[in-house]
Amino acid sequence: MNLSDEQRALQETAADFLAAHTNARKEADADAELWSRIVELGWAAVQVPEALDGLGLGAVELALLMEEMGRRLARTPFLANVVLAQTALLQAASAEAQQRALAALAYGERTATLILGPGLDAAPASLTVKARRDGEGWVLAGEAAQVLDDGLLTHAYVAARIEEAPGVALFELAVDAAGLSRTPLEVWDLTRPQAHWRFDEVRLTADARVDDPAQVLAGLARTRVLAALQVAAEQVGGAAQCLQLAVDYTKERVQFGKPVASFQAIKHRAAEMMVRMETARSTVLGVASRVSQGAQGNGLDDAALAAEIAAARVQATEAYRYCAQEAIQLHGGVGFTWEYDPQMHFKRAQWASQWFRPTRDWREALAAHLLDAA
Amino acid sequence: MNEQQFRQEVADWMATHLVGRFACLKHRGGPGDEEAFPALRKEWEQELAAGGWVGLGWPKEHGGRDLPLALQLAFHEEYVRAGGPGRIGHIGETLMAPTLIALGTPTQQARFLPGIREGREYWAQGYSEPGAGSDLAAITTRCWQDEDGRWRLQGQKVWTSLAHESEWIFVVARSTPGSVGREGLSFLLVPLAQPGIEIHPIRQMTGEAEFNSVFFDGAVTEADCIVGKPGEGWKVAMALLGFERGVSTLGQQMHFIHELQLVIEVARANGAARDPAIRQRIADAWVGLQGLRYNGLRMLEEDTGSTKVRPEALIYKYAWSNWHRELGQLAMDVIGVAGDVRSDDDAVRRLQQVFFFSRADTIYAGTNEIQLNIIAERGLGMPRG
Repeated sequence: MNLSDEQRALQETAADFLAAHTNARKEADADAELWSRIVELGWAAVQVPEALDGLGLGAVELALLMEEMGRRLARTPFLANVVLAQTALLQAASAEAQQRALAALAYGERTATLILGPGLDAAPASLTVKARRDGEGWVLAGEAAQVLDDGLLTHAYVAARIEEAPGVALFELAVDAAGLSRTPLEVWDLTRPQAHWRFDEVRLTADARVDDPAQVLAGLARTRVLAALQVAAEQVGGAAQCLQLAVDYTKERVQFGKPVASFQAIKHRAAEMMVRMETARSTVLGVASRVSQGAQGNGLDDAALAAEIAAARVQATEAYRYCAQEAIQLHGGVGFTWEYDPQMHFKRAQWASQWFRPTRDWREALAAHLLDAA
Repeated sequence: MNEQQFRQEVADWMATHLVGRFACLKHRGGPGDEEAFPALRKEWEQELAAGGWVGLGWPKEHGGRDLPLALQLAFHEEYVRAGGPGRIGHIGETLMAPTLIALGTPTQQARFLPGIREGREYWAQGYSEPGAGSDLAAITTRCWQDEDGRWRLQGQKVWTSLAHESEWIFVVARSTPGSVGREGLSFLLVPLAQPGIEIHPIRQMTGEAEFNSVFFDGAVTEADCIVGKPGEGWKVAMALLGFERGVSTLGQQMHFIHELQLVIEVARANGAARDPAIRQRIADAWVGLQGLRYNGLRMLEEDTGSTKVRPEALIYKYAWSNWHRELGQLAMDVIGVAGDVRSDDDAVRRLQQVFFFSRADTIYAGTNEIQLNIIAERGLGMPRG
């Protein structure tokens, strides 16, 4: 789990760049520039294989970037485009579709999101878009209530239910497709924009179906799990920032003639934040390292992988919620104001706790793995 | 050496040696069970020594094998996986010996290291006192030199585990009369079998007595049985505590895995495994264990030589002790009403011990409160109150 020199350099570059260029408190028209600079830095090419002109790096590099983005609440399509769309293509798409799309997603020619069930649930029964054959092509109909959509998208990958086996297919479409309407939602977490998508008889050609039918079910399930690991890294970054903000503030804030950071009641809270955040960081990076090794054939089977990631997911979710809440508390009255950052993390922590299925579902899946096996 | 081969070597050795008269030691003698078979466990220590499994991390010139951390950890893991009993020699091997290797004189090293390595001499730790627990520097046990140079001691140490099974005790005592705090302390090596020392067991909430009070009434030790100079006792004592966070701590995770497995077995057997709330908590226990595991692996990362604070090392004691205490409660909630009765079932009995003994985990070796202070001050740079 030792980070290599290259990985440390990537981490430092990302930390410096995002500290200087955060857009979390800017208007949405700042987003396009930040995203184009991130693409220039090559971050969107990190997990694309070298054979497809990517950087051929793995889950660890992605996690390091996600941690830094979580720290600064960067509002970019990175999660949608890289962690979701690219991963879905890598896990579930045909070789031809990968060839066609991955480099475009890596270098900014295309920016995509992924649509699964609500909250990016990958269970086939949760999917809310249906596809039916229409001559050579397909027609999509249905709605996706909450799609990660920050307005920079050019494309989407949509998992839809189909009549024939295997029951699910993955479609690629442009966001200006006839019959598709996108309505931005008024979300609490302004750094993670969402829209309601309606598919009103959206007609697609045959080659818009991009999945490998033999892989699509397991591939989409794996996509949800792998994306949850990356979001866990983002949660760790957010938790770390909450701790940093709280420590900095309590060192400055004087009451009873002393910095409040010198009071044990304050110190113990901050220490507890550190314990939870650092434990989650150990797990996230450790599991990411195993995922990277697995990609080289050393591997974990899907059940073992899901179990390890469940641990990261549960720890990071609990840590971020705890740290965000305590950051508000340790800031006192100003922690409740719009001007101070803890409220933004508090909202992001809540967002992250519900998408990719809430922690009680991950725990139950783990319990089944631990208790119900033969 | 290849780690897989090394693990296999350990597993094979355990499979062929933890048998016969030693078979009854499997999974015994851990925390909460220290009183199990002390005489036989000492023979087991000698068996281990003969097999070359003591002093794995010590330098070769001191009779060790100088193995890298990864292989030391692999040994501890395979040892516990095979049911290896709690190590009655661990205070000597993992605390006293590294301290002597780092800070002892050649004479002390030659005198004491072979006895530790060969399982002939056992050590107890004399730090805490009735008035010096979390505030360790409040030590009042006194020591002074007779005219012939021999050291004398007067006072009381407490919470000394295994004192009644040990030949030696290391003691931090006040050598400068009237000194306070960390100044004026000395670190002495004292033989336990002498008229000036009385050992009284302390009966703990499990009903057993692993800990003792040790009374020094003019107890004596030789002039050269001091580590460091007179007055440097605090420095030596802290260096020794630094060794406590070594790999043996990580080996205990295998005990934890075993204990969680026992909880799972009991839950399956008595139907608690169908209770949704219990299922969530068992999942949480497993999640917590992964946190300890990955945090432990992070601790083993190569030290780049920087003096930067290692957060994963700072938080580790607090993390594992609270996890373990929670596991004890979970175990009893799984066992249910039957937990009231001292069980004959090995698994249930072990879990009952975990439940009670883990109350001590968050107190010894730095209470939760002290740990949080240390994390806040060293890890986060928050000011002392």
